[in-house]
Amino acid sequence: MIIGDILSATLIFAVPLMLVALGGMFSERSGVVNIALEGIMIVGALAASLFLRYVDDLGIGKDHAQLYMLAAVGIAGIVGILYSQLLAFASIKLKSNQVISGTALNMLAPALAVVVTWNIQGTAQTTILIPNWVRIAPESLGIATDNIFTTFLFKSLFLTTPIAFVILILSIVFLYYTKTGLRLRACGEHPQAADSVGVNVYRMRYLGVGISGFLAGIGGLAYTLAAGSGFTSTVAGYGFLALAVMIFGNWKPVNILLASFFFAFFRIISFYSNSISFLPKFDTLVSGEYIYLIMPYLVTMIVLVLTSKRSRAPKAEGIPYDKGRR
Amino acid sequence: MKRRRTFNSSLLTTILSAVGAIIIGLFIGYLLLLITKPDRAWWGLQRILTIGFSDPNKFAKVLYQAMPLICTGLSVAFAFKTGLFNIGATGQYTVGTFFGLFAGIQWQLPWYLALIAAMIGGAIWGAIPGICKALFNVNEVITSIMFNWIAVFAVNMAFLNFPMLVVDFWGKSSIGDRTPVLADANASAVLPKLGLDELMNSSLVNIGIFLAIIVAVIIWVLLQKTTFGYEIKACGYNRDASQYAGINAKRNIIYSFMISGALAGLGGGLYYLSGTGQYTFLKVLLPAGFNGIPVALLANSHPIGVIVSALFISYIQVGGDALQPRFVRENIDIIIGVIIYVSAFALVLKLWFEKLFVKRSMSAVSLRDDDAELPPPDEPKGKDGDNV
Repeated sequence: MIIGDILSATLIFAVPLMLVALGGMFSERSGVVNIALEGIMIVGALAASLFLRYVDDLGIGKDHAQLYMLAAVGIAGIVGILYSQLLAFASIKLKSNQVISGTALNMLAPALAVVVTWNIQGTAQTTILIPNWVRIAPESLGIATDNIFTTFLFKSLFLTTPIAFVILILSIVFLYYTKTGLRLRACGEHPQAADSVGVNVYRMRYLGVGISGFLAGIGGLAYTLAAGSGFTSTVAGYGFLALAVMIFGNWKPVNILLASFFFAFFRIISFYSNSISFLPKFDTLVSGEYIYLIMPYLVTMIVLVLTSKRSRAPKAEGIPYDKGRR
Repeated sequence: MKRRRTFNSSLLTTILSAVGAIIIGLFIGYLLLLITKPDRAWWGLQRILTIGFSDPNKFAKVLYQAMPLICTGLSVAFAFKTGLFNIGATGQYTVGTFFGLFAGIQWQLPWYLALIAAMIGGAIWGAIPGICKALFNVNEVITSIMFNWIAVFAVNMAFLNFPMLVVDFWGKSSIGDRTPVLADANASAVLPKLGLDELMNSSLVNIGIFLAIIVAVIIWVLLQKTTFGYEIKACGYNRDASQYAGINAKRNIIYSFMISGALAGLGGGLYYLSGTGQYTFLKVLLPAGFNGIPVALLANSHPIGVIVSALFISYIQVGGDALQPRFVRENIDIIIGVIIYVSAFALVLKLWFEKLFVKRSMSAVSLRDDDAELPPPDEPKGKDGDNV
């Protein structure tokens, strides 16, 4: 059943990548480079983990597990929005360099998480354990994981997975089939033109960054669930990987879905490299398993280089909009 | 005359905005201490601000940690001058570490050659995002981040494949989870101490800090006094215009990234050739490279300013270590994060400050200038400025 296991692990790691990459897409489509995704993920995951822990300590979590899980998703998203507004404020209102502000938020988030965790859980207690009732056990749905397909979908299922796919569909509808979505895209391509027909560029950019905060916050929770060992004040670079996934997905929702699965698959292969018999083991080298750790990054880079000709970033991303310079 | 005046006021406003950012950062750090342990907060702030000077031994630690920070700060600052964001300093630092230790231990070379090897390693790793940016137009931030992780994994694997580079080969330890103590493996690869260790009563101090400062001065000269430096800066200000003026922007991007990488690599070399730290084979990115970013930003990418800001960051980090176990040392990272956050728009505040200063000096200068017959551009405003 190893193929089923690999597929199910791919799914669970693809979900945070997809959510966060979609978030990055909204921000960049509105014209703001959001390199702070990593930090937003951490803050969202921190809030949600603390909430789940608290509910579990009260002993009320188990009874309405998925209801509390839904609340945790909401909390992660809202805290993500709040944190992302720090980026929005600096880069839209104060016209700071977006990459630098994002870097600052990335440095701030893990430090903040450590400080909060220590102060709530006591000195040197750096892990917030996630209660195990958050998982949707396949038995409870009356499904046996006896073939590849059901293993893939249900073996490690959290509420974040179906939510992520609902969000994907909503993103497509919002971005391509609503007036606001069109305006948001216009602000990332040619804000001056959008402004000249009465679109409030600043408001659209606040919206774009806000959506990215919401999705990255949920993505942070999804990552923490996928990692499995509780929240440890880090998301191991997944925010940055999501940026790569977004570029790889050419700033388009469906391509991002495919890109996140592609990337997650290569990552999972590196985890399972020892138990897959047909993969070369590099026995002549000491610690050959490192080659599999390098692989997802290298493959992403190769793909980015090869597709760079077709890559189409929003034209106005990264440039603060100045009404006076129209 | 006029030019000198604006230069001075611009330098002044740069320093003022950096100091402003630092004060805001420290204030928020203090608030955080107040929230977590109110009765100990004042003690904590004092500790952060004074511990570095309290003892020569502590000050030696400040210098020791500032040494790689100057290098990675210069690395980030140099790339900024070309309009590039080198978030990959940590990867280049790691590869530089490997090259430096490989030259020092495997080839038994003396420290100065090992340092050059470290720079070459960093330059090679820096060239990759440069080439991807210049030739394939792949965003350098993404490439750098990807190659940071590749560097960590590749370097760990490379170390493990050369038995001499692992500590258990030298018999002092049975677990091969780090590089050997350099003095055991090759005493001539350890940076000379010149008696500084006895003077400051600390094994941490060596000539590395002076080397880092000399390199900062060299970079300043390179940027300020040479054609190459001029071209680099022109690319940074406006790539299209510089290309129109006949500057090969693509080549400059690659060169700039290579120099940037070499500087970060030198940082790794200096740190690990000091002989006091051993590189541990962990699957994490080293923070020394990332801390180059606040160092460069705080210095507004000025090479000489980098020396000062690296010393400052190192100083409060030593202060942060002295907070434990009452407070977590990550409080310092929060202070540093707030400082960069504020200094990101301090550049905007700086422009605003500058307008204020220029307006003031304008009315004073124009009276004495040769072209005094021309009416001062905005006299009424200038007068207002004087009154403020």
